[in-house]
Amino acid sequence: MTVALGKPPGKPVPPPIWPLYRAMVGVGLACALLIVVVHQTTAETIADNRAEALERAIFEVLPDTVRTRPFRLDGVEFVPTEGAFEGEQVHAGYRDDGSLVGVAIEGTAMGYQDTIRALYGYSIDLDAIVGFRVLESRETPGLGDRIETEESFRANFERLDVSLNEGGSAPRNPIVAVAEGGKSAPWQIDGLSGATISSVAVANLLRSSTERWVPLLEQQHEVFERGSR
Amino acid sequence: MSAWEEPTPPPADEMIKGLWRENPVFVQLLGMCPVLAVSNSAVNALAMGLATTFVLLLSNLLVSSLRHFIPRQVRIATYILIIATFVTVVDYLIQAISLDLHKALGAFISLIVVNCLILGRAEAFASKNGVFRSLLDAMGMGMGFTLGLFALGAVREILGAGSLFGVDLFHDAFEPWVVMILPSGGFFTLAAWLLVFNAIRQRRERLDRAVAGGAAS
Repeated sequence: MTVALGKPPGKPVPPPIWPLYRAMVGVGLACALLIVVVHQTTAETIADNRAEALERAIFEVLPDTVRTRPFRLDGVEFVPTEGAFEGEQVHAGYRDDGSLVGVAIEGTAMGYQDTIRALYGYSIDLDAIVGFRVLESRETPGLGDRIETEESFRANFERLDVSLNEGGSAPRNPIVAVAEGGKSAPWQIDGLSGATISSVAVANLLRSSTERWVPLLEQQHEVFERGSR
Repeated sequence: MSAWEEPTPPPADEMIKGLWRENPVFVQLLGMCPVLAVSNSAVNALAMGLATTFVLLLSNLLVSSLRHFIPRQVRIATYILIIATFVTVVDYLIQAISLDLHKALGAFISLIVVNCLILGRAEAFASKNGVFRSLLDAMGMGMGFTLGLFALGAVREILGAGSLFGVDLFHDAFEPWVVMILPSGGFFTLAAWLLVFNAIRQRRERLDRAVAGGAAS
């Protein structure tokens, strides 16, 4: 056995560094390349899936819609837009004859465990919410997630009143959730017992979102009515 | 190679062992986090099992073919790098196949990276065996894992939601036990399955002993 001179005896000889670098960097580069390739090839399909999911949701919250069109909020003005757009936008839905069904708006609120993201349809003619659909939530399965599945809860959004006050600055009656079976006014949401927090979260979501958007939509309803052409 | 080393088992054995004798869920109790968390419905369980199998196959393949190239000192870091890459690939693929599925599996896809089953097979098997055997091993373990997940997922969906694969089974004749699709239901179901598996195994061992005893006398 030979021990290199000048080294303290018993100290282990360090392994050669080059194979370590070669393995780590080589594998790292190969993996990075693979991820880039897969990302590039799937990016388009994923974007299509996202757009399709949003489109499906719009058709669901605006009954009778056959065509949709996005509008972006430019300052305080709604402007028709095309394709993907980063920022605040709403989607107008039109019937076959080109008349406006309503506008689909996205809103978020804090749920029981995480943020709930939802889309709702607002009809300018009826001054009411005509459809609601959860896009993303992590509510408790079997309890809180009934806000997505329960028929009786969905029935709240067939026509939920959001008519504006005299000045047109805010809804006359803010949307509130009441205990299950306690709905007595058209702006109340009949909550789900066992899912109180999630029901209240939905009401909060709709209340804060309608307070912001409905006055704007009502002021500029002509933009949307013209928009089908 | 020393003479007293165990004979190499036939290749098919590498695959079959994962299904029963060394089943990752019921015998090795590996990767319990996804087992308990995403087995709340049969579809989620199958998807999670297949995604894990896919990662397991590819990572075993790569680890096994690179086993002479990766020095011992950096092996764990390199394995994690390889596994994380394939998990990212699976994540993109699932998003491309179905956004709803991706939504249902949620954070657990990314967490396949830290599933000890995958790192365990890379370290315990793929780093010491050839590519063919490693692939068989991954296949067997992956199928065993999927089987275990599905066994939990099916029971939990039937009892907790009264349906299987989303198809309503009982209509109004059965009030679902919501607790079964909540996290605690995962523990109950796993415990019940472990009871069944261990009862069968012990019975087998008793029978084997009885046969051996009978042959000796």
